[in-house]
Amino acid sequence: MSASYLEATARERLLAVLDADSFSELLPPAQRVVSPHLGQLDAPVSFDDGVIVGEGKLGGRAVMAAAQEGGFMGGAVGEVHGAKLVGLLRRAVVKQAAGVILLLETGGVRLHEANAGLIAVSEVMRAVLETRAAGIPVIVLVGGANGCFGGMGIVARCANTVIMSEEGRLAMSGPEVIETANGVEEFDSRDRALVWRTTGGKHRYLTGDCQQLVSDDTEAFRAAAIAALDQAGDAQLTLAALEAEQEMLRRRIATFGHADDPMDIWAELGVARPETVPMLEAEAFTTMAQAHRIVSPA
Amino acid sequence: METLTFRFEHGQRRLKATSELVGVVSSGNLEVLIENAVLNGACAIEVKTAARGFGAIWEAVMQDFQQRWQLADTRISINDMGATPAVVSLRLDQAVEAMVEEDR
Repeated sequence: MSASYLEATARERLLAVLDADSFSELLPPAQRVVSPHLGQLDAPVSFDDGVIVGEGKLGGRAVMAAAQEGGFMGGAVGEVHGAKLVGLLRRAVVKQAAGVILLLETGGVRLHEANAGLIAVSEVMRAVLETRAAGIPVIVLVGGANGCFGGMGIVARCANTVIMSEEGRLAMSGPEVIETANGVEEFDSRDRALVWRTTGGKHRYLTGDCQQLVSDDTEAFRAAAIAALDQAGDAQLTLAALEAEQEMLRRRIATFGHADDPMDIWAELGVARPETVPMLEAEAFTTMAQAHRIVSPA
Repeated sequence: METLTFRFEHGQRRLKATSELVGVVSSGNLEVLIENAVLNGACAIEVKTAARGFGAIWEAVMQDFQQRWQLADTRISINDMGATPAVVSLRLDQAVEAMVEEDR
């Protein structure tokens, strides 16, 4: 049976992506490890601080997994939320897990928690790289309504593999932030088609920021995550890979830096009819894109 | 924020020994944490809500809920972001149903 990944809650996604009945939660809601900051601001807390972490199996292999709940403060990372992610990544190293699966849906740092939130995000980045350095692959899934933005967008690109749906979005600054900072002439955040063309899964796939594009379906995400775990190989980030990535980014900005619209970039990549790209189903799109996409070496 | 507490004595229905969380703390929604607890047969409910001044409505919704389920030795903790009474009732029922499922 197919079920929308976008519509599911973080808990539902985690249970659907991992092997049936394999998940056991760490720091579950009953332990009430809530944000120490939100209460001081007279704001509502959540018993899991907006992220579910735990152990489970994926395709029969023991993994660590986390899911951010976009409904709670846009999935934003506070002190506790971030510490749960860091603890999970470190636990993966101690327990020699086969991989870490991160179901990200987040606007980035939780501004209410100021420096504590910022530090939390940077600690998550460090923990992802340390996990990879221990030879354990980190796989990120992005398909929630809030996308994956801010510091957590950087976290996603620190992972071995990014799997997205077209509906998922991945970027540093969100559309409203860009419009506020640079004006509506630069970026119209209310132009939904433009927003998804610029930050959505298909553009990320074509430009090498995402390694696998799937339809908005929990089973499709699960199958892609299992495949990514199988193909992970050496998870370590090497200097050579980093330099190759840097070169890819340099060429990308040199080639496409002048483009006004992602469709211009797709045309330059050789996509015959760029205007048809948003209408393609995931499979047809992937087949079409194979010959044209930029392949990220990481 | 406003904190409201309710306690109903002499319940009949006992739930499984674990806990369940349903719902999400988002606008117009709430999360309900339901746990088995030694409470001398009572059902204790604590509500933390972002909408102040609705104590009487909460009390009515909770009384209806306890009348439906007659819970014993149950602790319910709620984080609310302005859910309507109908949504609160649905979430509470969803939480209990998650706890009685295995007994059937």
